[in-house]
Amino acid sequence: MDFLRPATLDEALAVKAERPGAVPLAGGTDVMVELNFDHRRPEALLDLTGIGALAEWSITDGQVVLGAGVPYTRIIAELGDTLPGLAMAARTVGSPQIRNRGTVGGNLGAASPAGDTHPVLLAAGARIEVASVRGTRLVPAEEFYTGVKRNALDPDELITAVRLPAARGLEQFAKVGTRNAMVIAVCAFALVLHPERAGVGAAIGSAAPTPRRASEAERFLAAELPWDTPGALPDSLKRRFGELVAGATEPIDDVRGSAAYRRHALAVLARRTLTWAWNDHQERGKSCA
Amino acid sequence: MSTSTENRVSQAGVGTSPQRPDGSMKVRGEFAYSSDLWHEDMLWGATLRSPHPYARITGIDIGAALALPGVYAVLTHADVPGVNRYGLEHADQPVLAEDVVRYQGEPVAVVAADHPETARRALERITVGYTVLEPVTDSEAAVAGEGAQLHPGGNVVRHVPIRKGDPAAAAEGAEVVVTGTYEVGMQDQAFLGPESGLAVPAEDGGVDLYVATQWLHVDQRQIVAALGLPEDKVRLTLGGVGGAFGGREDLSIQVHACLLALHTGKPVKMVYNREESFYGHVHRHPAVLHYEHGADRDGRLRYVRARIFLDGGAYASSTGAVVANAATLGVGPYDVPHAAVDCWGVYTNNPPCGAMRGFGAVQAAFAYESQMDKLADACGLDPVEVRTRNAMAEGTSMPTGQVVDSPAPVAELLRRLRAMPLPTEPGGELDLRRLPGGVSNTTHGEGVVRGVGYAVGIKNICFSEAFDDYSTARVRLQVVGGEPAATVHTAACEVGQGLVTVLQQIVRTELGVERVTIEPTDTTIGNAGSTSASRQTYVTGGAVRAACLKVRDALGALSPSDLGDKVLDETVEWRHRPTEELDPVTGQGNAHVQYGFAAHRAVVDVDTELGLVKVVALDCAQDVGKAMNPQAVLGQIQGGSAQGLGLAVMEEIQIAGGVIRNPSFTDYLIPTVLDMPPMNIDVLELADPHAPYGLRGVGEPPTISSTPAVVAAIRAATGRALDRVPVRPEHITGT
Ligand SMILES: Cc1cc2nc3c(=O)[nH]c(=O)nc-3n(C[C@H](O)[C@H](O)[C@H](O)COP(=O)(O)OP(=O)(O)OC[C@H]3O[C@@H](n4cnc5c(N)ncnc54)[C@H](O)[C@@H]3O)c2cc1C
Repeated sequence: MDFLRPATLDEALAVKAERPGAVPLAGGTDVMVELNFDHRRPEALLDLTGIGALAEWSITDGQVVLGAGVPYTRIIAELGDTLPGLAMAARTVGSPQIRNRGTVGGNLGAASPAGDTHPVLLAAGARIEVASVRGTRLVPAEEFYTGVKRNALDPDELITAVRLPAARGLEQFAKVGTRNAMVIAVCAFALVLHPERAGVGAAIGSAAPTPRRASEAERFLAAELPWDTPGALPDSLKRRFGELVAGATEPIDDVRGSAAYRRHALAVLARRTLTWAWNDHQERGKSCA
Repeated sequence: MSTSTENRVSQAGVGTSPQRPDGSMKVRGEFAYSSDLWHEDMLWGATLRSPHPYARITGIDIGAALALPGVYAVLTHADVPGVNRYGLEHADQPVLAEDVVRYQGEPVAVVAADHPETARRALERITVGYTVLEPVTDSEAAVAGEGAQLHPGGNVVRHVPIRKGDPAAAAEGAEVVVTGTYEVGMQDQAFLGPESGLAVPAEDGGVDLYVATQWLHVDQRQIVAALGLPEDKVRLTLGGVGGAFGGREDLSIQVHACLLALHTGKPVKMVYNREESFYGHVHRHPAVLHYEHGADRDGRLRYVRARIFLDGGAYASSTGAVVANAATLGVGPYDVPHAAVDCWGVYTNNPPCGAMRGFGAVQAAFAYESQMDKLADACGLDPVEVRTRNAMAEGTSMPTGQVVDSPAPVAELLRRLRAMPLPTEPGGELDLRRLPGGVSNTTHGEGVVRGVGYAVGIKNICFSEAFDDYSTARVRLQVVGGEPAATVHTAACEVGQGLVTVLQQIVRTELGVERVTIEPTDTTIGNAGSTSASRQTYVTGGAVRAACLKVRDALGALSPSDLGDKVLDETVEWRHRPTEELDPVTGQGNAHVQYGFAAHRAVVDVDTELGLVKVVALDCAQDVGKAMNPQAVLGQIQGGSAQGLGLAVMEEIQIAGGVIRNPSFTDYLIPTVLDMPPMNIDVLELADPHAPYGLRGVGEPPTISSTPAVVAAIRAATGRALDRVPVRPEHITGT
């Protein structure tokens, strides 16, 4: 097995074009597990950690460009206010050691239905920036996940960044696991509310072959939320939203939980996150008034 | 008892907590575990395992594997020179499978190669033909004689009946009767250091084996039988052990590595990876337990009837002894006038089960403590009150007829537990880490209900049922560099529990010598017995103390520093008082040496809508007779409690049709620091007059009561029956 460590993105893209079988390596928290378990024997590893540009982030016109190689620890520390939903998800990933190394680029590369950042990226309407020697393109998150552990990358492409709006909206992320830390999601849910344009993003993880948006639930909520009316939301609205989120799932029974539980739990998470986001909305309303 | 004079009293003797000799090395990552063993020119061994729980082997073709460059040996059952059977109680397990495989993961062939990767590739080139058979997977059906017979003599490994008084007559007059069927899932020891060792062929035709194990001499006995060698040709030295908890009592790499080393004439190292480790050692017996408790209206127990089924899996391992524990301790630490307990341990095609911390007492305790809560409910009593009313004490007669002849402070433990402060109520500033779900942000208080639960447990300490349970210790005293120094040699395995520290402390106390060196643990000295049954401090500690007393006799009036060139050197074999066999029909007999007791109070916050649990407090009171090393005692109680918490809410090897579904730490979950609360611990020291220093084994009791206490607390919070552990979110939400 060859170990390749390009110093620049161009170099990396050239290698990837020449050797599409080379497996990119970011934090290695997925790749190394696969190698150790002998699930994968790549001809070459393409270590991306020497490319400084991938580990940077910037904000332009309210859009965050988050380098694929920024580890979770830095997202939590540096972007907690700017990308609160993503930071919430990042806090739930693995253990401190995993968060020190693991990256959003790696989460996207692995494209596990249980990856924690996916529901947030979907709900926030993120676009994935991918590059090859042929050029750069932006893939909307909902087009990125193509199957169980499959994504929209072509063999010669690398993920360079994720673009998503700096939080103007109200963001929540919640994940159910059977342990209080370092646990893979039994199911997860992300919600983003945009009161200024009556917009809603809602997405689920670990409850279908891919992470996915709960589009009907989004539409329902966008239409039904009393955006400009202060006060608590009616229970009936929350319940209906929960039902629609549960209805968007296609869960399975596995060692981590039953399909019925996943549906049930997502309905609960949907109601709760909606309540929290709405409360924040009310708070903001008060402080603006 | 000690006759130490003033000037002999050590600063780091019995009752103190000196630093462990291996402590800082372990913290710094410098400690050499058995997986770090290395030898010039060594080969790497690897094991081919059966993918099927039950199958007939129709053929094995090793040709392609042997042809792979770098491969030195590919061995099958045909290459086992001695008896191709081993086992702790019954030699029923093949070193390498012959015509049949009886569990998924059973070793079929072993390979030695010059690189671990080459060895793995060689495994892929071995072709094994299998005819898959219908596995036996249900323990009650196995007792009923249904399904294939897996071993000669049938599928019941052992049945232990216990009969005391006349339960049938007592049942007639019982005012309150509660019944229940309980289930315990298969727990794993989850030690962090996977099975590993290094076998080095010797010039005399023998082999030296360095290995992480719990009992060198019982390994040796089984290895020589399989290799067909005399005992002196197979010498064992303990490698660095990364945890054990019972999972290293059975052989893993031992015979395989020796076979490969003798066959190739080269040192052979074997290390399992995490996944293989799940197939490479026995687990805790899953259990189904049917219970009936009858009592007076005031909650006083009249009788208990129980039928317990333990799934031993494919091979016997220590199932027989586990069955005896579950049966003899089946009614718990209570004074029960009439009892009928039957416990069966069976063969199935599930993974083999054997020793794990708590050893049969854990399964029984989940059932009898659940029953005590039901009884409290039925009588309108507080759960502590119903336990206190029935608490056994010194002088109580066990269901086996054995009269407990040392302190049994069950009521006192409960009293102390109840007196401990309760944690503050939930609320205040939002801190996700304090809530069920933790930083996963599943609740900000919604659905969260608090519950409190109590449990108390009992465990036999040391080996039981007339087992000749002894240890051998050699103590030498001499002047080195002008200073008196002692060396201690035993074959007792330090597995992380701190035995070497305690042995040093004993020597310091008995000989008044500060410098105490523990020699490498090996088979050049006599048997020390197993590091299990909470027995090593008792038995090997007892042996070291006895050797010290002989040294002191030899020393006479001299002070150690006046020895000059003289070396005092004493070796003793030390036994605890003998025990009796159980009557095979009535289960009567003084089968146990000593009983240990611990009690827990758990406080949980349960997210009742999501079924997630946060254990807020898990406090413990335990009698240890004598806290030989107070810090190590606390460590045992914390660790044991955490392991019990794990069984209560997350730890289970999930099996379907004999196949393990979660052989990794990704899905076999053990508690993290956010799952295990800080503990209040109350340690009692009521001396047992029969034991060295009055000590009582510490390691297992806290594992036993922790599980039922946590589940009782979850029941209190949710109102759910919860008759199975681990409790899963679905059990709480009913979805
Ligand atoms: C103990 C443990 C706990 C974990 N817990 C969680 C958890 O709670 N939640 C969760 O979501 N995940 C978890 N994971 C999985 C893993 O940490 C995450 O998926 C993480 O985001 C992977 O990032 P990485 O940088 O380590 O990726 P790597 O392992 O380096 O790569 C992962 C995949 O992405 C590809 N890749 C990486 N970078 C790029 C790129 N720039 N372009 C194209 N492809 C790329 C790689 O080739 C590989 O296929 C856990 C893993 C471990 C070992």
